[in-house]
Amino acid sequence: MSVIAEGLFTNEHPPRLIGGRNRVSGRIVFPCPPGTDYEPWPLQRTGRLWSYTIQRYRPKSPPYAGPDAFAPWAVAYVKLPGETIVEARLTNVAFDRISIGMALELTQIPLDPDAAQPVLIHAFQPVSALS
Amino acid sequence: MSDVCIVGIGIHPFGRTEGVSGLDQGVFAVRQALADAGAQWPDIQFAYGGSDAAGNPDTMVERLGLTGIQFINVRNGCAAGGSALASAQMAIKSGEYDLGLAVGFDKHPRGAFNALPAEYNLPDWYGEAGYMITTQFFGAKIMRYMHEHGISATSLGRVSQKAFRNAVHAPHAWRREPVSLETIMEAPMVSDPYTKYMFCSPAEGGVALILASEKKARELGKPIIRLKAVTMRTRPPGSFEVFAPSIDIAGNSAPRGSATRIAAADAFRMAGIGPEDIALAQLQDTEAGAELMNMAENGFCRDGEQEAWLAEGHTEIGGKLAVNTDGGCLACGEPIGASGLRQVYENVVQLRGDGGGRQVPGNPKTAYSHVYGAPGVSAVTIMER
Repeated sequence: MSVIAEGLFTNEHPPRLIGGRNRVSGRIVFPCPPGTDYEPWPLQRTGRLWSYTIQRYRPKSPPYAGPDAFAPWAVAYVKLPGETIVEARLTNVAFDRISIGMALELTQIPLDPDAAQPVLIHAFQPVSALS
Repeated sequence: MSDVCIVGIGIHPFGRTEGVSGLDQGVFAVRQALADAGAQWPDIQFAYGGSDAAGNPDTMVERLGLTGIQFINVRNGCAAGGSALASAQMAIKSGEYDLGLAVGFDKHPRGAFNALPAEYNLPDWYGEAGYMITTQFFGAKIMRYMHEHGISATSLGRVSQKAFRNAVHAPHAWRREPVSLETIMEAPMVSDPYTKYMFCSPAEGGVALILASEKKARELGKPIIRLKAVTMRTRPPGSFEVFAPSIDIAGNSAPRGSATRIAAADAFRMAGIGPEDIALAQLQDTEAGAELMNMAENGFCRDGEQEAWLAEGHTEIGGKLAVNTDGGCLACGEPIGASGLRQVYENVVQLRGDGGGRQVPGNPKTAYSHVYGAPGVSAVTIMER
């Protein structure tokens, strides 16, 4: 299995997302921007749901590179206290159980679960969920 | 300094017009605006044109006449029309010109806009993973706003219901059939909490405005509609914009900053009046919640007050602040280059008292328009009769 792009995750187990910290202002963003203004900054793995929506239709390709088959998914903004609010898929939770403020942790999910060589993207799941 | 006046308006109906290019819809609007102003094309000294997906506006000189005029093209996302107007009025304010044109048109394919990451300085994976979608952002933004400020889904529905009801009386609108609140609320979800009636659609259309110095306006003998302020602003740090892989954590002391808050505050300062002085407003309503959030960001109410405003009908025609009197983007659709200028067109109609079935009562003297685009650009106008 490979990840969708280089430089998104640390090589730890479990991995963390790599954000960027502005060398002057200290502002933390995700992903780490190219160039020298930001230094790579591994983000904490846990946070709380800040907002979300449900993607109910298949995005256009390009740019979407997911499978032709489509099932709705949840998109989250996850607040990592003291760092930033990260956009990510929300997984392992029923849509009607999603609530703003719920505790979440980072995980990885395949962009296409049925692919022979799945490509991994970042996602968050409820802290209590089995990974 | 001379006030800038709007002396001519023209519009090609919004929606879908098979067989007519976006540019020709712009030309249609220009000819109508010239006739309205009582001017001829050779009288026009300069033009600013906005189009996102329907070609270079300056090429319309081939249709209108090769008079050699200065014609500058503007691309500024959904604020393209507002930016064209901002530029055009400065050309007159500077004293360089007396009579000019701001024109916008577009023609988009059906379905959501197809944005690519590289156009927004984003990595390719962001699009590949399915984040390059405006409706996602709109859904997540209003979900947070509802959580923080106690706005109900019913209020979102009321915004759409009002849009379609107002559009019945707007000949240039696209969707002119009333839709019941029940139908709106029970329609399929697109991006929660928004159902399909709570989003506008990409569309087609063209709008043209003829601008003049006050001296020239008096010569033409048209009703004097003054542009008291035109501002176009970009985002401050910490704003929550479309296509954001991350958002800054905001402090608790003040509302999160936005391009709209800056553009609105500066426009009110320039015009020397406040939100309470405005009789009607056209506010960006790409989605139902945008109208609600923009009521607060533009200074017309406090965050959370929208719930009562909608329930009590304050933004209806005849309410204390009529909002989106022609149905806005929800009922007119959104041809990007023309959308901001449609708002100004509608305000001129209202200030002239020509609104017919959608006319704001009480002989309104002030009108406000606000357009917002990706990734965090806003343009505001304040007009006075």
